[in-house]
Amino acid sequence: MVKVTYVDAEGAETRIEAEEGDTVMSAAIANDIDGIVGECGGSMMCATCHCYVDEAWAEKTGPRMDGEDDMLDCAASEVTERSRLSCQVRLTADLDGLVVHLPAEQI
Amino acid sequence: MTLIEGHRPITPATGIPVWDVNPYDEAILRDPYEYYARLRELGEVVYIPRYSVLAVGRYATTHKIFADHENFLSSRGVGLNDFALEKGWRERSIILEVDPPEHTKTRKVMARVLSPKVMKTMSDLFRDTAERIVDQIIDQGTIEVVADLAEPYPTTVFPQALGMTESNRRYLVDYGAMVFNSVGPDNALRRNSLRNAGEIIPWITAACARERLTEDGMGAMVYADADKGEITHDEAGLLVRSFLSAGVDTTVTGIGNALWCLSQNPGEWDKLKADPTLFRPAFEEVLRYTSPVHTFGRTAGHATEIAGYPVEEGTKILCVLGAANMDPDKWGDPEVFRIDRKPVGHVGFGAGIHGCVGQNLARAELQALLTVMLERIDRIEPAGDPVWRPNNAIRALDKLPLKLIPK
Repeated sequence: MVKVTYVDAEGAETRIEAEEGDTVMSAAIANDIDGIVGECGGSMMCATCHCYVDEAWAEKTGPRMDGEDDMLDCAASEVTERSRLSCQVRLTADLDGLVVHLPAEQI
Repeated sequence: MTLIEGHRPITPATGIPVWDVNPYDEAILRDPYEYYARLRELGEVVYIPRYSVLAVGRYATTHKIFADHENFLSSRGVGLNDFALEKGWRERSIILEVDPPEHTKTRKVMARVLSPKVMKTMSDLFRDTAERIVDQIIDQGTIEVVADLAEPYPTTVFPQALGMTESNRRYLVDYGAMVFNSVGPDNALRRNSLRNAGEIIPWITAACARERLTEDGMGAMVYADADKGEITHDEAGLLVRSFLSAGVDTTVTGIGNALWCLSQNPGEWDKLKADPTLFRPAFEEVLRYTSPVHTFGRTAGHATEIAGYPVEEGTKILCVLGAANMDPDKWGDPEVFRIDRKPVGHVGFGAGIHGCVGQNLARAELQALLTVMLERIDRIEPAGDPVWRPNNAIRALDKLPLKLIPK
């Protein structure tokens, strides 16, 4: 299992356990995390699963995927250098303990 | 070796249930729900001897295979024909029928052109056209949804959004049906659809040329990416063709299916009328409940497995998206149409890297049309039995008589 903590725009934290191979988006949906919509189901078409990877984890989550920049450009909230589409962040044992922050708006 | 429907026959692994069914039987295509249920009930994966293919319909397995582009390829065709063994009926699609890395390049171009941001720039076009078309039908009392609304709307806005200087409603709708029927077997549906190919294909090919497109539409954006060197100009033409293949028949189907759902469930229409912001989850629920693309295939690129059963290289696997979207193990009460269900993860638009690239366009068109209808129409009521139009990949209405009661 991989533990992931989601911190909403107000600072409230929710910690969940996910399987390796899940994405940060799919784990959020499976655990009813508000603040991740994931409208397109993970096909990188909608920018409604925008998250900010916590600074401490930025290196481990790696760079953005091909095409991710273009879609982030459509995100409803501010995009920073830590912005990712959470459907493109796949959980591995290395990411156990991952912390991501959620934007105020997704749509 | 004798091929079956253009692919190599397989010997299924021991233990895989065998079901002697024809998934493309017109009676099943018209009313697929029993077929979906039986397919799920039989097992994780089922062997269908008639076409020598495997089929999956349980949600988890279907989603997994459909999204697993490394083991289950699209480049060998998403229908029964194996493009590694036989040439297809047309030059292959460079976005639908390819794998990475070729796919990554073309997908990026299309995703950018069809992004939520670009769709927002077209909202006036979608809204104005919706008003005009709804105004034309609102006082008719009873309408036939497919002919009066579902076909006229996309065939009016789509050519403009793409930037076509010359349009032909019949050709656009028939070409879509041809593309989708062709992923099925060589049956009457496919043959009838392909009958006019000699007339329609040259028209479609010509319509994709740069000089036939305006400078401010989505087509021009694709050609601009060719100017930048991201793709070749020939590839730009083929991507514009993908708009015509997958952008019309599908939205026609989506509009018809949405109005079918809402007319059969007046309480849900009322909920949406009271709170139009429910449009987004309502749209997802229409897709889940009706699965406009009911079946697409994949091909095992090498020896692999499904749910623990060995699968030989070259095996065609029918991914029955309609069955997955009605799986009670995933959805609890799938037979209930509920606009606030929020069915994230449904496979109505597929899944993974090949997930529908035009979904934002579909969403924007339907949102504009439904918003105008909800503003002006109090109730919609069935005015006769709906008639479904069988297609080897699409679940679409042929006729839907509806009574409109204006506000």
